Amino acid sequence: MKNSIAERVNDFLKNHPPFNILKADDLLEISRQVSIIYLEKDDTLFKKGDTFNEHFYMVRNGAITSFHTDSNNVQEIVNISDAGDIFGVRPLIAKEDYKLTATANEESIVYAIPINIFQAVTQNNASVYKFLITAFATNAYDPYTAEETGKIFADYLPNTSQDIVSFQTANYSKNPITCNLNSSLKEAAIKMSTYKIGCIIVVNDNTHPVGIITNSDIKNKIATGLFPIETPVTNIMTSPVITDKKDLTVADGQLQMIKHNIGHLCITKDGTVNSKLVGVLTHHDVLVTLGNNPSVILKEIKRAKRTKKLRTARLKANTLLKSYLEQNIPISHIVKIISQINDTVTARAIEIALKKMPMPPPVSFSWMSIGSQGRKEQLLFTDQDNAIIFEDVTEKNYEETKTYFLELAKLVTKSLNKIGFEYCKADMMASKTEWCKSLTEWKLQFDDWISNPDEKAILLSSIFFDYSTVYGNNSLVDELSDSIYKSLEQSSLFFKFLGRDALKNPPPLGFFKQFFVEENGEQKDLFNIKSRALMPLIDAARLLILSHNIKGINNTSERFEKMAEIEPNNKELYQSCSYAFKALLKFKTKQGLLHNNSGKFIKLETLTKEEKLKLKRCFKPIKEIQETLKIRFDLKNFM
Amino acid sequence: MIFDWLFKKKQTFPDFWNEYLNTFNKNKSNPEAISNTRFVAFDTETTGFNTKEDRILSIGAVSFSGKTIHVNDSLELYLEQDVFKPETVKIHGLMKTGSQEKIRELEAIKTFLTYIKNDVLIAHHANFDKNMVNEMLSRHGLGNLKNKFIDTGVLYKKAIHIIYRDKDKIYTLDELAKELNVPLEDRHTATGDALITALVFLKILGRLDKRKHLNWGYLMVK
Repeated sequence: MKNSIAERVNDFLKNHPPFNILKADDLLEISRQVSIIYLEKDDTLFKKGDTFNEHFYMVRNGAITSFHTDSNNVQEIVNISDAGDIFGVRPLIAKEDYKLTATANEESIVYAIPINIFQAVTQNNASVYKFLITAFATNAYDPYTAEETGKIFADYLPNTSQDIVSFQTANYSKNPITCNLNSSLKEAAIKMSTYKIGCIIVVNDNTHPVGIITNSDIKNKIATGLFPIETPVTNIMTSPVITDKKDLTVADGQLQMIKHNIGHLCITKDGTVNSKLVGVLTHHDVLVTLGNNPSVILKEIKRAKRTKKLRTARLKANTLLKSYLEQNIPISHIVKIISQINDTVTARAIEIALKKMPMPPPVSFSWMSIGSQGRKEQLLFTDQDNAIIFEDVTEKNYEETKTYFLELAKLVTKSLNKIGFEYCKADMMASKTEWCKSLTEWKLQFDDWISNPDEKAILLSSIFFDYSTVYGNNSLVDELSDSIYKSLEQSSLFFKFLGRDALKNPPPLGFFKQFFVEENGEQKDLFNIKSRALMPLIDAARLLILSHNIKGINNTSERFEKMAEIEPNNKELYQSCSYAFKALLKFKTKQGLLHNNSGKFIKLETLTKEEKLKLKRCFKPIKEIQETLKIRFDLKNFM
Repeated sequence: MIFDWLFKKKQTFPDFWNEYLNTFNKNKSNPEAISNTRFVAFDTETTGFNTKEDRILSIGAVSFSGKTIHVNDSLELYLEQDVFKPETVKIHGLMKTGSQEKIRELEAIKTFLTYIKNDVLIAHHANFDKNMVNEMLSRHGLGNLKNKFIDTGVLYKKAIHIIYRDKDKIYTLDELAKELNVPLEDRHTATGDALITALVFLKILGRLDKRKHLNWGYLMVK
């Protein structure tokens, strides 16, 4: 008998995984046996602890909330499924009671799919099971899939990852720095300073914790003159200390700190003051575990003693980046924070490398970031581009000095690579002899590029003109900048070359309003957002700002904003360029996070219509700015 | 009395009719809770609105208990009819020689009665469908439907606050579906309309049953 409803169910199911990979006959067979369930808002389909149903479910209309209830009856939303999402798949995978409660988030219609029939049909279908297992395993909130499918419930989704972390065992410092009861405060303070720590535990002869001295104790009791510096620690310390046992969770630790209004928790063997001190949990440790706070990440970076720690910290920045993008925090703000983190990571990597060197640097030097990190536009891990300037030395010492810095650079680039910044494919790194030079050599190098512009010179200078100091002696870089700008004043040809370079990529839309995509190679049919959309804007901004002799602004959107200030009659164009750049950068970053790469190449068919329109809107200013450059630098006959 | 009448003519009725009537003898004194009752929402597509002259072309029905509609327990019948009115084809899309497998009227009656048993029937503008079916039954010498009826068109008005209620307004199924946010698929096929009616009914029930004191008397057509 004909069954129109089954056909309608079939029409819906066939568009959604895993049903889209089933054979038509099989799917129709399943569709015939589906039940349609109507749920009012807040109706419960199954509860945590219920024995499993004979069905699993797909949302037809509305949305179903799956939440977890803890022993205190606190509900935590794990997932919100909407039209086309499956849920309640636990019985399919494991015949056990429901672990979550499913409730209608709004008035909903749900298809209940009988498990026995579904299994009979899909028995040997590996891809179906792969999908189901994945769906089951990622039942926790997953920002990737949420964003990919364009279903973001940012407005009512709590950050569940943080809640899960809260119940981890706290990661306290295992070898706390201590002093004994007879020490003087000065001795204690010296120890604190040596180990770069903010607190020291005073222990008795059995290493039971007796008291604690923190930076603020020293500030409040010594610096104010209340006690002399040689006073015994017992006069200064806060006693008794609050203790806890080894296996406390982060949440417990945090609670204790709030309760007692303290920043440090002593971990002892049995959790009381009368047992051996085994560690200290600081407020900082708690924050680090809970993560996602830029100042915490920065602190963690500054304290890192090993490259591995730096990598962990930098990876946290990626999580931070993701959540910022989700929260729609202005990209200019995100860029500032992430660049700060990148710079700090680099600086710390240099400090660590310096310690490994047999001796301190013979002369002062400056570590420059060039390219995107120099422009402070690097959001994701990309290639490292860097260079060293060192102070001029006598000819006699030159070789030795250069060798020292090359060695140093090798160590730094190696650890940066470990952290996640790939080696530069064009070898533009301070560890190469061309990019590790004395100040005078650099001045000559730039002069050469400026006065003899050719393809290669332009390519290199376009990268090197976006430099910023990350570590070391700033005055070296300033001096170089002055010299460069002086040379620029005498050369108009150089600007023409830069201008030609800026125009080498035409606006990304073709005659028929089609995106220009890569025509061959591995990236065939992909849209290169970097070279087609970002680079033209970056190049244009650099050229304009250099031609105005403005130093110290390296960031593309800031350059355009500065231009808007200088040339009020072109204000709108410059502002739209600045806006377009930010939007494109955000786009690239999101794509990069999504596909876990640099986001440079975009598969156009994965974009929604809306996204494509947004992209296209950004291209208009590119075309206009290129027209402007053409006229201003008289490039028509120069191309 | 009606019982005497039934008894007298009993032998001349076909078996399925007797079985249908028998279902009403059971469970008579034991009205179930609304949430456990099996309901049948149904709809007919006809050649027109004249109960005497027009004929049923298709009957669609879905059953549900609680809030769950069972797709495998739905009914979709297409009837052979001599009466044909080309002007109504544009509404229901059923052509004289359509591709659907058609059955004779008596066969349809038998299948329909076996399907609905003594369940509560729900239809939009129920009187029309009820009269159409009753007319069809009487053409074959059978009595009227004995089932309880609920009219979603009437029921909906009860769900509107008295202040906004307009007792003379006639709501179409489209208006109700739109009002209650029911997806309009397969409108003007009997089964599609039956499903829409079922969902409309469930949604109205949800609105009426906020205070959980619904009783049968309130739901039935008076």
